[in-house]
Amino acid sequence: MATQKNRGALSIRNVTKIYDPEGVNVMAVDNCSMEIAAGEVCMIVGPSGCGKTTLLNAIAGFHSITHGEILLDGELLCGPGKPKADQGAERMVVFQHGALFPWMTLAQNVAYGPMVQRTMRKKAALEKARDMLAEAGLGDVTDKYPGEVSSGMSRRAEIVRALINDPKVLLLDEPYRAMDALTKSIMHESLLETYDRTKVTIFFITHDLEEAIFLGDKVHVVTTRPCQLKKTVTVDIPRPRTFETQSSEEFRVLMEEVNEAVHEEAIKAFQAGERELA
Amino acid sequence: MTDIAQPSSHAATPVPPKRRGALQKLWQNQSLWRGITAIIVFLVIWEIGARWDEWFGKEWMIPGVGLIPPPTDVATTWLEVLPKAGYWESWVSSFRRVISGFLMAMLLGIPFGLMLAVNKYFRDLFFPPFEILRPIPPLAWVPASLIFWPTNEMSIAFITFLGAFFTIVINVLGGARNIDVRYLRAAQSMGASQWDLFSKIILPGTLPSIFTGAAVGMGITWEVVLAAEMISGGGTQGGGGLGFFIWNSYMGGSLEQIVVGMISVGIAGYLSSSAIRAIGDWYMPWKRLF
Repeated sequence: MATQKNRGALSIRNVTKIYDPEGVNVMAVDNCSMEIAAGEVCMIVGPSGCGKTTLLNAIAGFHSITHGEILLDGELLCGPGKPKADQGAERMVVFQHGALFPWMTLAQNVAYGPMVQRTMRKKAALEKARDMLAEAGLGDVTDKYPGEVSSGMSRRAEIVRALINDPKVLLLDEPYRAMDALTKSIMHESLLETYDRTKVTIFFITHDLEEAIFLGDKVHVVTTRPCQLKKTVTVDIPRPRTFETQSSEEFRVLMEEVNEAVHEEAIKAFQAGERELA
Repeated sequence: MTDIAQPSSHAATPVPPKRRGALQKLWQNQSLWRGITAIIVFLVIWEIGARWDEWFGKEWMIPGVGLIPPPTDVATTWLEVLPKAGYWESWVSSFRRVISGFLMAMLLGIPFGLMLAVNKYFRDLFFPPFEILRPIPPLAWVPASLIFWPTNEMSIAFITFLGAFFTIVINVLGGARNIDVRYLRAAQSMGASQWDLFSKIILPGTLPSIFTGAAVGMGITWEVVLAAEMISGGGTQGGGGLGFFIWNSYMGGSLEQIVVGMISVGIAGYLSSSAIRAIGDWYMPWKRLF
């Protein structure tokens, strides 16, 4: 896949989202702004239920926004007069609990995008899907159903399914949330390897601080609901990073810095008794 | 780093499973043997219960139980009935009714349920009348349909169809509406057209519910066919079906033959639902894994 240099810059400007379930206004995102450069790995960290996913849904075009605007490479995705972005293959989402179609094999799942976009014939799409799966180390399980492979494998396949569409931005919503630490670290290294290959812009939601610093170029700490940008930490640890990185001094210093910001918000969220917003 | 990212490198080469003959497999199938044992135990208890007064005298008789024919008598009667064409014609006509009513219900119920699920206008228009008609038990339709349809056979077919139709529609509707929104979102952001969404996501996502509906619907179909056959009287002996076979045995006072009819219905129902399960397994290979 071609490396992308100048595509996938996201501008989130003064975005506000107010949910209105049965007339009770709930402000999920309040005047939140962030700039994400092309090809950047941007980690969004904040307490559970703070509205991070709302932000992701707005970028992906699943939900509308109330105020503000979101631009991708200078083009308006949503903003005044157009509250909801169109869904499009240049912004691919990898969901929290995985969303591989259980009735398709991994290869069929990956081939789905090019097939429905009519950019490839079925046979060519399946062939490419198998190649890309093999590249991601899933060559042995291309014809298995998602229910037959481990959660790590299926999450990896889901990222392949996103990448085959050659997206500008990869939107990941806590994709490794339910995984044990060992699987997680393998997932991280494979994601970084994928990133080094594609340089796709990554918008990654998490509340795992180590994950955030290990993977990210920038870590945006957001406040508890309503979601606002609290602090941006630039991670200047050079790539490629390996798991030894995590025991280095600079990693520890960054951890402390991020932890302090997040901890405050976590306490606020806990006191407010926040529950996860769907 | 790359070594870690390659699970294929440490995935062991699969050991080919030991081939076993079909007979040997059958012999070693524990659940099959448990099932057979349970049926034998049941028959033995039944035999003892039915022959209690014969063996221990009237004063030990368990009230009511002594009237039930013992399984050995039932088996004897069955052997007498087996070579008769009428018995098999009953099977055939009941099966024909069940299958035709059931297929009609599937043919109309699946598209109707899917339409209700995907189209809001369609749902607004057709769901209320559907919900009013649904609670009416199929048997309540019998008098009206006897008047409405020109032949007995057509009324039976209609009532049978109704029995399965409502169950299938409700299951399809529920299944299609409960497809995880993440699948729909994922497909849409990959650029799926309405048709792609329907044929590749909604339809396969609804299949499990379709088969649940079919299994339940099949059960109801048998119930309804049997009742309808008893009510309609069946006309000729052969065309009456298993329902009429039971009714006829009752009129003739053959207790053993009633039980033969009942067990035949049980076997027929079991065969029908096994067939649906087999088709379901075949259609949904991803479901076989669990």
